Amino acid sequence: MALAIARVAMPATARKGDVIEIKALMRHVMEPGYRVDNRGQIIPRDIVKSLSVMYAGAEVFRMDMHPAVAANPFVVFSTVAVETGELVFTWVDEKGAATVEKKLLTVTE
Amino acid sequence: MDLSRREFVVGLGALAVATALPLPALAITTPEQRDAAIREATKGAEIKPGRVTLGIPQVAENGLSVFTTVTVESPMTEQDHVRAIHLISEKNPLPRIVSFQLGPRVGRAKVSTNIRLANSQRVLAIAEMSDGSFWSDEKSVIVSIGACIDGG
Repeated sequence: MALAIARVAMPATARKGDVIEIKALMRHVMEPGYRVDNRGQIIPRDIVKSLSVMYAGAEVFRMDMHPAVAANPFVVFSTVAVETGELVFTWVDEKGAATVEKKLLTVTE
Repeated sequence: MDLSRREFVVGLGALAVATALPLPALAITTPEQRDAAIREATKGAEIKPGRVTLGIPQVAENGLSVFTTVTVESPMTEQDHVRAIHLISEKNPLPRIVSFQLGPRVGRAKVSTNIRLANSQRVLAIAEMSDGSFWSDEKSVIVSIGACIDGG
């Protein structure tokens, strides 16, 4: 997972009740396990299985992936700004290795 | 050890067979597998067309990454919201593409991601509502260069 780099783009501040848009990207090959290398050997499957987003004490969004998700899995979704706090993005691959990215959202009244 | 000409030729043939065999047959989802994936997503419930809009290009030049957006008509309140969105493929090696778990705190029933399509096919989007109903939209996509081929 050395090359795994996660990036999240979202506003840093929002008014309470606003719906904010979040873009999350993780650098990963998403090897589907069907391809062969130049020696005819099958390249073993290696995919990210899930992305979970925790915010203000609950999982607000979850994405369960299969090999048909393109390399460098990218997702755009939204959430309601409820309180100032961290959004914790956790990607987990098939071996159980997790990549975590945290973003602070400041919520004003 | 010196190889005789006969041994060498026989060995060459065996080598050719050995290297040719492990090539995987690139399977395409059967209609039965697709139906099973749909049943798995809906737990057998009836799916009605409507309320869901699947935004996907009619012609995808590169099947390795097709930008796909699913929008569902829903107020996204505690009482009435989208619980989950599933994308199902017709002709990929595996029928399930991706599933999203949403809730009222998402605020807007709209998600986008990049998917792989191995062949020209129909893509199905299913939304599960908080009242237990299922709604869907289906689009045909022509894929110029399929995913899953070598070098992809």
